[in-house]
Amino acid sequence: MTQQTHRPSQFGGGSAEPLLSVRDLRVTFQRHGEEAFHAVDGVSFDVRPGQTVGLVGESGCGKSVTSLAIMGLLPDRGNHVEGTAVFDGEDLLTLSRSAMRDRRGSDIAMIFQDPLSSLNPVVTIGRQVTEVMERHQGLSRKEATPKAADLLERVGIPDPKARLANYPHQLSGGMRQRALIAMALACNPRLLIADEPTTALDVTIQAQILALLKELVVDTGTALVMITHDLGVVAGLCDEVNVLYGGKVVERGGRHGLFKNPRHPYTVGLLNSIPRLDAVRGEKLSPVPGSVADNLPWTSACAFAPRCSNAIAPCTQETPQWDGDEVVGFRCFNPMGGPR
Amino acid sequence: MCVVVVVLSMLVFGWLRSLPGGPVSAMLGERQTPERRAALEAALGLDQPLPVQYAKFMERAVHGNFGVSTKVLPGEDALDVFLSRLPATIELSFLAMLLAIALGIPLGYIAARRQGSYVDTGAVIFSLVGVAVPVFFTAFLLKYSFAVEWNLLPVSGRQSTGVDATRVTGMFVLDGILTREWDASWDALKHLILPSVALATIPFAVIFRITRASVLDVLDEDYVRTAEAKGLTSRVIRGRHVLRNAMLPVTTTIGLQVGGLLAGAVLTESVFSFRGVGDALATAFREKDYPVLQVLILAAAVIYVLVNLLVDIAYAVIDPRIRTR
Amino acid sequence: MDKIDQTDEPTRRTSYGQRRKDRIDALAAASIDEEPGISLIRSAWKRLRRNPIFLVGLAITVAFVVLAAIAPWIAPWDVTASPLLDKVRPQTNPVPGPEPGHLLGGDDRGRDLFSRLLVGSRQTLVVGVFATLFGLLGGLTLGTIAGALGGWVDSLVMRIVDVLLSVPSLLLAFTVASLAREPSQWTLIIAIAIVQVPIFARLLRGAMLAQRSSDHVLAARSLGVRPWAIVFRHMLPNAMGPVIVQATLSLAVAIIDAAALSFLGLGNPDQRQPEWGQMLGLAQRYISEAPHLAFYPAGCIIVVALGFTLMGESLREALDPKSRR
Repeated sequence: MTQQTHRPSQFGGGSAEPLLSVRDLRVTFQRHGEEAFHAVDGVSFDVRPGQTVGLVGESGCGKSVTSLAIMGLLPDRGNHVEGTAVFDGEDLLTLSRSAMRDRRGSDIAMIFQDPLSSLNPVVTIGRQVTEVMERHQGLSRKEATPKAADLLERVGIPDPKARLANYPHQLSGGMRQRALIAMALACNPRLLIADEPTTALDVTIQAQILALLKELVVDTGTALVMITHDLGVVAGLCDEVNVLYGGKVVERGGRHGLFKNPRHPYTVGLLNSIPRLDAVRGEKLSPVPGSVADNLPWTSACAFAPRCSNAIAPCTQETPQWDGDEVVGFRCFNPMGGPR
Repeated sequence: MCVVVVVLSMLVFGWLRSLPGGPVSAMLGERQTPERRAALEAALGLDQPLPVQYAKFMERAVHGNFGVSTKVLPGEDALDVFLSRLPATIELSFLAMLLAIALGIPLGYIAARRQGSYVDTGAVIFSLVGVAVPVFFTAFLLKYSFAVEWNLLPVSGRQSTGVDATRVTGMFVLDGILTREWDASWDALKHLILPSVALATIPFAVIFRITRASVLDVLDEDYVRTAEAKGLTSRVIRGRHVLRNAMLPVTTTIGLQVGGLLAGAVLTESVFSFRGVGDALATAFREKDYPVLQVLILAAAVIYVLVNLLVDIAYAVIDPRIRTR
Repeated sequence: MDKIDQTDEPTRRTSYGQRRKDRIDALAAASIDEEPGISLIRSAWKRLRRNPIFLVGLAITVAFVVLAAIAPWIAPWDVTASPLLDKVRPQTNPVPGPEPGHLLGGDDRGRDLFSRLLVGSRQTLVVGVFATLFGLLGGLTLGTIAGALGGWVDSLVMRIVDVLLSVPSLLLAFTVASLAREPSQWTLIIAIAIVQVPIFARLLRGAMLAQRSSDHVLAARSLGVRPWAIVFRHMLPNAMGPVIVQATLSLAVAIIDAAALSFLGLGNPDQRQPEWGQMLGLAQRYISEAPHLAFYPAGCIIVVALGFTLMGESLREALDPKSRR
């Protein structure tokens, strides 16, 4: 692992100082009378300005909860958040409600999965864009309207002036997601969190939205946290990839390193379950067997062990420790492949 | 909607035919003699086939000819009785609905925002009790405590005796404002307070519960999370994103309650001897004044159609998904 | 991409009365759950056992039924006798106060108030149960015919049902009751039952339609089971959950409606046998001298109606898949 020290530069446009630094984030859900559930179990990662970081994993791995915890959008009751998420020198997790409100939408913005349900059906697209600028930039509605039209144009919505007066149901799925992106970009955020932004869209539209996100990130230098279950999305977009399983990061690496030489069996499984055009015909896809329901507790085992083809004795007896640093590493007793 | 009016009119027609003594007795009331009876039967064409009879019945209804009141105001035209009492009930229902909305919606919102808290549980139990308390007992209780026991408000009627007021619309409070007879207006308002509070309890309980359920649904929606993610102030999130969406089902409920108000008015008005449609109907029901009842049922159908229309318009105003189709 | 597509969700069509229909339909939909019939009730019971609201409702209901059953034997006085008659002074003391042997005093005819309240529970129970039962039977017949036959029969029946649903229920009950030439306890029951018919009809028909396409009915049909056997053996039993909920709520409504009808003088004119609504109506006269005459029967009506409402609402919640989060 000696080669790894020079990797950061390769990850693209980042200075050394992280913009967002998440350390040992834990989110515990506890419903009345039920057992506590650790949705996020000690997640750490850094995001540098201009960098795109992916959080990858299947549903239930804690990737969305991580993003909601950073944004302070978890429900008021029934959960407990520990750890730190330092953004620009301030720990977001200890900020007051009103201070966090000031950050959201201006410094940190978020894009959600389902563009239809994420847009208010009874308010015009224009109003939903301008309200962000009215709130954070102190603009009047009149001043904000032409800017909103510019934003819609920037995200590739044709005839933006007319669209301002439209309601969400009058737009197509791709247009809605573009509108949602426009709202997120309205105040030039330094960090953008995208939670499965393409999952609810048609395949052709997915590619367009990803291309748009990539272009915007490059143009504005915004850091992007990309949350997805789709390694294909990661391959095209992310500088650094964190693979999550059962609330922990199980592997991290630059996208080239990770795709070329995955170490954790779960990462390998995820890669093998993507259909590839260059695969030999007749070669079988190999999905990861089982489901998250089979997980073992991290405290005394590797949560992935029951589904792992590479499991050995210690996997069901001890917690695997992080093998690596802040840039690359994995969490496994019996990794696949050789050292990168 | 039209279907409803037609079906209702057929029901009224069938109902009249099934009345003890038939429609002739209903129309003649107490001035019934065999000669008059025979004459009217011929005039009404009761010997003709049913569809013809129905057509004639509709024709009379359209012309407002429902016969003569037998008990409420003997000798008066039934439609006139109804119309003369209508302003009082409109005034009463309007105030009651205003109270129910002004209290029900904010309370429903607060209860939903604090779901499971003592405020919420208390309000839910209160609304359940509100449904279980007969409206005429609420009226009785209010009358007893505020009017009889503490002597704060008038016991009954619409205006104190000795108050000389000019009548314009028949809605006493409005009349006082229009003619600048402030004392008369204030006096009429004092008479309105207790009946309208009693009448408001039913729509209040329903509006409260629907608002609460609807706000709870909306709070779970993704777009509320989007609004939070934009860092909007809680005032904007509450008004523009939560309440505007939560109001859709509430609008329908309010429309539905307007019909229920008429039933409540029958009971409330008779407790307070408030001379409105409801009080007239209470007498008509008890004394079987069929011509007046007939007007009531057709009026209910008309109100139904009007309210339906209003709710649809209100819905289109709030919900763009309906407007643009 | 530029194209505006309008293929999203179905328009939320609304109309006056829609909310009431939606509520009934949502209940009907609860009949096709993953767990049909008995097991559904069993799993609901598991949740209910720990629900304090349900338990309070259940306790009130059980106490009420037991008291009504044994009332004539535990009542200290004969309800038709007037043991306090010599204490009644129409001018100075119209209503005798409490004294030893007469816990709550007497009424305006010197009859023992406590005994009359106790025995009055029987009338309330009889009216509530029979009105609900008749309403259920009527609705069952209409709903089963409509749901099982479908086609134009279904359209016709449901059209009429919808119109009836759009009429405020109390007004309909008043109207039906006023038709009776000689009002009695049974005309009261029928008036209230008729109001319940469209509610049950819509509920059962909705449940039937939901059942018709469910897997176990399809399975039975593919096995060649005769249609009416499917209806009675497979579809009806599975619709029982929502029917039980509605019946419980209907009991509360029937009791309150009965009180309202009696209050207006549309109930049983025979004043010898006690009835809560009637007692409340007669108490009006003594509002300043003896308000307790109204408070006691009203309290009884409220507590009993609340008992059924609490039970019904918690049953609805337990059977509603949406609230099981």
